[in-house]
Amino acid sequence: MDDLYENLSWLPAAPQDFSERCRRLDNLDAAHLGEEIRQLASYSLTEGQLGRLSKRIDVAIDAGRNLSPLSSFKLGVISNSNIDLVKPLLIASAARHRVALTCVSSDYGQVMQSALDPGSAINKAHCDAVLVCLDYRGLPIRELPGDLAAAEACLARSMEDVVRISKGLRSNGKTICIFQTVARPPELLFGSLDLQTVGTMRWLVDHVNRKLAEHAVSSGDLLLDTAALAETVGLGRWHNPTQWNVAKIPFDARFGPLYADHVGRLVGAVRGKSKRALVLDLDNTLWGGVIGDDGLDGILLGQGDATGEAHLDVQSAALSLKSRGVVLAVSSKNDEDVARKAFTDHSEMLLREKDIAIFQANWSDKATNIKAIADEMALGLESFAFLDDNSFERTLVRSRLPDVAIPELPTDPAYFARTLFAAGYFEAIAFSDDDRKRADFYRDNAIRAALKVNASDITGYLLSLRMTADFRPFDRQGLSRIAQLINKSNQFNLTTRRYTEPEVEALIDDRKAFTLQVRLTDDLGDNGMISVIICRQQGNRWLIDTWLMSCRVLGRRVEEAVLNEIAHHARELGITEIEGAYVPTSRNQMVAEHYSKLGFKHIETDANGTTRWLIDIADALRSDLPMAIKRSGFHELASEPQA
Amino acid sequence: MESFQTMVAPLIPDETLHRVRDVLRDVLDDDVLEVSPQTVASDVDGWDSLNHVRIMISIEKAFGIRFSAAESKKLANVGELVKLIDTKKNGTSS
Repeated sequence: MDDLYENLSWLPAAPQDFSERCRRLDNLDAAHLGEEIRQLASYSLTEGQLGRLSKRIDVAIDAGRNLSPLSSFKLGVISNSNIDLVKPLLIASAARHRVALTCVSSDYGQVMQSALDPGSAINKAHCDAVLVCLDYRGLPIRELPGDLAAAEACLARSMEDVVRISKGLRSNGKTICIFQTVARPPELLFGSLDLQTVGTMRWLVDHVNRKLAEHAVSSGDLLLDTAALAETVGLGRWHNPTQWNVAKIPFDARFGPLYADHVGRLVGAVRGKSKRALVLDLDNTLWGGVIGDDGLDGILLGQGDATGEAHLDVQSAALSLKSRGVVLAVSSKNDEDVARKAFTDHSEMLLREKDIAIFQANWSDKATNIKAIADEMALGLESFAFLDDNSFERTLVRSRLPDVAIPELPTDPAYFARTLFAAGYFEAIAFSDDDRKRADFYRDNAIRAALKVNASDITGYLLSLRMTADFRPFDRQGLSRIAQLINKSNQFNLTTRRYTEPEVEALIDDRKAFTLQVRLTDDLGDNGMISVIICRQQGNRWLIDTWLMSCRVLGRRVEEAVLNEIAHHARELGITEIEGAYVPTSRNQMVAEHYSKLGFKHIETDANGTTRWLIDIADALRSDLPMAIKRSGFHELASEPQA
Repeated sequence: MESFQTMVAPLIPDETLHRVRDVLRDVLDDDVLEVSPQTVASDVDGWDSLNHVRIMISIEKAFGIRFSAAESKKLANVGELVKLIDTKKNGTSS
């Protein structure tokens, strides 16, 4: 996490074909150009890649191409230092924030002249805003410790310059200014005494920044808080004396992409592109653990546990965002009752149902749920950020809903809140009472949005995953994982029969048993072993003793593929029927209708609530599965007639 | 009694040259650029004074080292840059 800020670690890694996609931009049609530029800008890019993308954006803007959904913005840039290295980064970074940026600059060192001369390039351009990059060397601040009159004169002269620049650009250039706060140099003249001593650099910069903030409030000019940024990464790293001496570079060039991203956020905020809502995953995001498996008492939240405290910080972060008007929603793969229980009954929860505008907890995929949340709130997907600890889920939702901002997260939850804030999705240039009340706009708290599921969308989506289901009988290689799944699965588990590892091993050679270990891979990676089956032969029927599956792969028709596989092997051996049983427990409600959904006929319910189901082989086979099938390790099972 | 010393694995000069070439390709946006130890800035399209600053900064970042103003000024050709990089990687200076 050392380089969270420097490397913009919340952005996903650039794809291998980045350069190729950049080259193809010149030939893209209007319908796709703006969006492709935005997507390319949304990766974590090197300085070289940012430069390359900026050039292509320049070319497109010069050619008058339509760059929708990017909004255009003309930014003037003037500085007392050399910002030539940063300018190309500004253009690509602005695209990340949905802005098609044009940059107009002045000659190096000509700040006052550019502002006051009506004929300057900056003024003639009539920019939408002018970024005034003055650092501590560009303002008349001189360190004279102990001399109050001199110190106050410094401050007055500095603010005179600021006001003169502001008025000059506004009247000559018909624009507003973006002033930077000053990052103080790290050196202290005395040490701890500097802060309390009039006229030290520390004292002067502190006061100048306060006055710049007051100027912004009263004038309508904007503020880029460079001081805050520099302090965040460390003043000692921000200021690079060698680079200043060699080429008048105002801050270490390694922070160029970060600085450019912050300018992009501000310009994006001006164009109304900041995010307005935050969707939260639950398990391992708002608490440690999986509430469906661990129960209310088993999840880690607060209570002096380090992981629990980390997740409490995430909740605290969400609440503080809500207090400034960001709307909160939940999207989680869980039984709704189970999920809501945490919000109503867990004593450590900071977030309660009343803080959540829309509460989506079900077994459908997250992309469909987030779309439903957006529809319910009548907000475009580009207004949303989504926080989820699971990188597979993040990649999946990113691919289906590219407009939603999804930060990459480190494995350590202690840094989740920090990463969310570092990403700066909610940059604002104004804050009003309306903003504060916005999160409570939805009168029916924690409402549930209806899912609009389009069947053809789902099939197309499943096919696009390019899934492969890998079927094998139990073997010694998979033994410990099989035993683990058998003993730990609670939710998608039809009979919850537990077997010891030796008992599982015995099944490998049991000729009366048909077993399956199922693995699933897809475009995004290997899901590992996700389902386990044990069937026992009884005459010309197979009884499904054990059917369990990982909830992660719900909604992918894996259940049908597994049934088809069972039927395939059963048919080879002259079996004609398959029987299944559902043994209800407090945890496996979700599979009560599993056999019904697969087309089995219900044959009986006993006193304990156990249901039994039957299907003919012919009805169990499937021909339209959206995945490739691989099978290995099967050999003929002897089919002995039962006595 | 043996004394143990942590050895820093020396970079093979060719490998450094290849990595330098990759940085140059990235900064100068030229996927087919080739350089040799004898290459000088004036030989290479686009290697002007601004890009020289960008190149040196990118080299610093790629190799995790820092150059002083004097060091980056007195490099006569790519070969000397490679030598300087290797010295910094194999020595104790950063």
